[in-house]
Amino acid sequence: MPLTLYGSVARGSFRRYATYRAAILAGAFTNTVFGFILSYTYLALWHARPDLGGYDATGAVTYIWISQALIAPVCVWGGGFQDDFQDRVRNGDIAIDLYRPVDLQSWWLATDLGRAALQLVTRGVLPMVAGAAVFRLRLPHDGRVWAAFLVSVMLAVAVSFAFRYLVSLTGFWLMDSDGVRSLAGILGMFFSGKLLPITLFPGALGALARVLPWSAMVQIPCDVLLQQRTGGALATGLGFQAFWALVLLAAGRAVQGLATRRVVVQGG
Amino acid sequence: MALIEVDNVSRTFTVRSRKGRLRREKRQVNAVDGLTFQVAEGECVGYVGPNGAGKSTTVKMLTGILVPSGGRLRVAGVDPSRDRVRLAHRIGVVFGQRTTLWWDLPLRDSYEMARRIYRIPAGRFRANLDRCLELLDLGPLMDTPVRQLSLGQRMRGDIAAALLHDPQVLYLDEPTIGLDVVSRNRVRQFLREVNTERGTTVLLTTHDLTDIEQLCSRVMVIDHGRVVYDGGLEGLHAVGESERTLVVDLAEPCPPIAVEGARVVRVDGPRQWLAFPAARSAAPVVAAVAAGYPLVDLSVREPAIEDVISRMYAGEVAAPVRVG
Ligand SMILES: Nc1ncnc2c1ncn2[C@@H]1O[C@H](COP(=O)(O)OP(=O)(O)O)[C@@H](O)[C@H]1O
Ligand SMILES: [Mg+2]
Repeated sequence: MPLTLYGSVARGSFRRYATYRAAILAGAFTNTVFGFILSYTYLALWHARPDLGGYDATGAVTYIWISQALIAPVCVWGGGFQDDFQDRVRNGDIAIDLYRPVDLQSWWLATDLGRAALQLVTRGVLPMVAGAAVFRLRLPHDGRVWAAFLVSVMLAVAVSFAFRYLVSLTGFWLMDSDGVRSLAGILGMFFSGKLLPITLFPGALGALARVLPWSAMVQIPCDVLLQQRTGGALATGLGFQAFWALVLLAAGRAVQGLATRRVVVQGG
Repeated sequence: MALIEVDNVSRTFTVRSRKGRLRREKRQVNAVDGLTFQVAEGECVGYVGPNGAGKSTTVKMLTGILVPSGGRLRVAGVDPSRDRVRLAHRIGVVFGQRTTLWWDLPLRDSYEMARRIYRIPAGRFRANLDRCLELLDLGPLMDTPVRQLSLGQRMRGDIAAALLHDPQVLYLDEPTIGLDVVSRNRVRQFLREVNTERGTTVLLTTHDLTDIEQLCSRVMVIDHGRVVYDGGLEGLHAVGESERTLVVDLAEPCPPIAVEGARVVRVDGPRQWLAFPAARSAAPVVAAVAAGYPLVDLSVREPAIEDVISRMYAGEVAAPVRVG
């Protein structure tokens, strides 16, 4: 029963985001333009230093376009459900949400998965098609790799959601959680591998980036589609993502309990 | 056993305010203070009071989304804040300034969501929805995104959403605020139907006393977190020491009428206005006027309930409280 509830929440959210046509097109256009800029930059870089970070030039450009496709669905910068959620925390509607017999975290997770699905098929696909038309990309022909990629993207969205949920929950204690959110966005851009693959990070920084949850958001799904992760490495990659998703979701649940208590006992 | 039991309930909030650059001040606000009342199954009770009286706080505590600081609260035998989720299936809530509808999606989707949230069996859902759509005139709006609805349409949509799971109790916190006349009337008619036909217990918070006059046989007036009046609407006039007005038309202009039990408050040519206590009969006054003056026509005006309540708020009236 609850699954059909949250399933329909996700479908509703998918349809809701589908109504924002202009925003989708504008976003896809921006992602494409930056895809071009980054591609030429990477090509120059890889021309000077071939095989940087374990990618050849074609791999590096493909990495760019995959990560451009993921930026909106995975919300590396933050966003998605956060805008609605923070509004509700600010104006007190979140307290009102409590009288409905639903689980808040599951509800918001469902809306975010629905949003991510819509953005994957729009803001994910459009830049990818544009990139593939201009550059030589190394995309797999094997359906199983694409399937593994989709699983990895779903886990990436789950990790990202769980992290953003924690960030937004700070709004129950801080007058304004936007500062925390900006910081989280910058950390996300850097440690996810969105700016530069983590494999390029030197020594200890690289080792750190590989174990932090952000690498689950961009680096791992990119490597799955690039077939940099196959077999056992694929399994550990997906396991790593699932691990962080569960840890962060559990943390979010605990903090949500405190936040709810605060609202119910202290009155917000 | 009463459906809603509120026994000496209080609720304080700590309000922090900035004083100067660094200094902060903590202040306790008693939003609700020693509140006691009971509502029996099937009643329709008006809950009125000035802004900040504690009405919304009461409704929040009754729904379980706010814990009382003291006292005892029971709805359908359970403690709302402890059994919030279980109770949720038995209550319906409408907060006038908030919406539970999906902003960007057609109204239909919100109802579908309610069906799943409350696990309403398909047949019952269909029947309830059809009834709501007809009585609230929502049928033509089902495919309209909620954000395109007018305030009145949206409110009707919210009220329908709160009733699809056949709640035993319906709390409405200012459901008619800002509505156009047509929506207001629709809402009132609908609520009357819900209360009388379905037997749903209704607690209605409002600023509009016409709502109360048309819907509620009982009204509770709350001020500074306490019930200052609880009883029938007529009784409010009695305790409010309100006056009725007798308007008399005489054959020709006369000096101010002097009769026992009434005083002239206004003279305009042959027409005079006499005030007399609302609790007393008009007959002796009319008889006295007819006996001593060339009476042509007369009418009696009821006191405006607004005046009575606002005088109560102002503390002019020491209102005896009848509880129960
Ligand atoms: N969450 C809160 N934090 C601090 N003060 C509050 C809170 N909610 C209500 N109050 C205060 O409690 C009092 C009663 O508020 P409320 O119940 O909303 O009144 P009403 O609905 O009758 O206008 C007001 O003084 C209000 O400022
Ligand atoms: Mg209020």
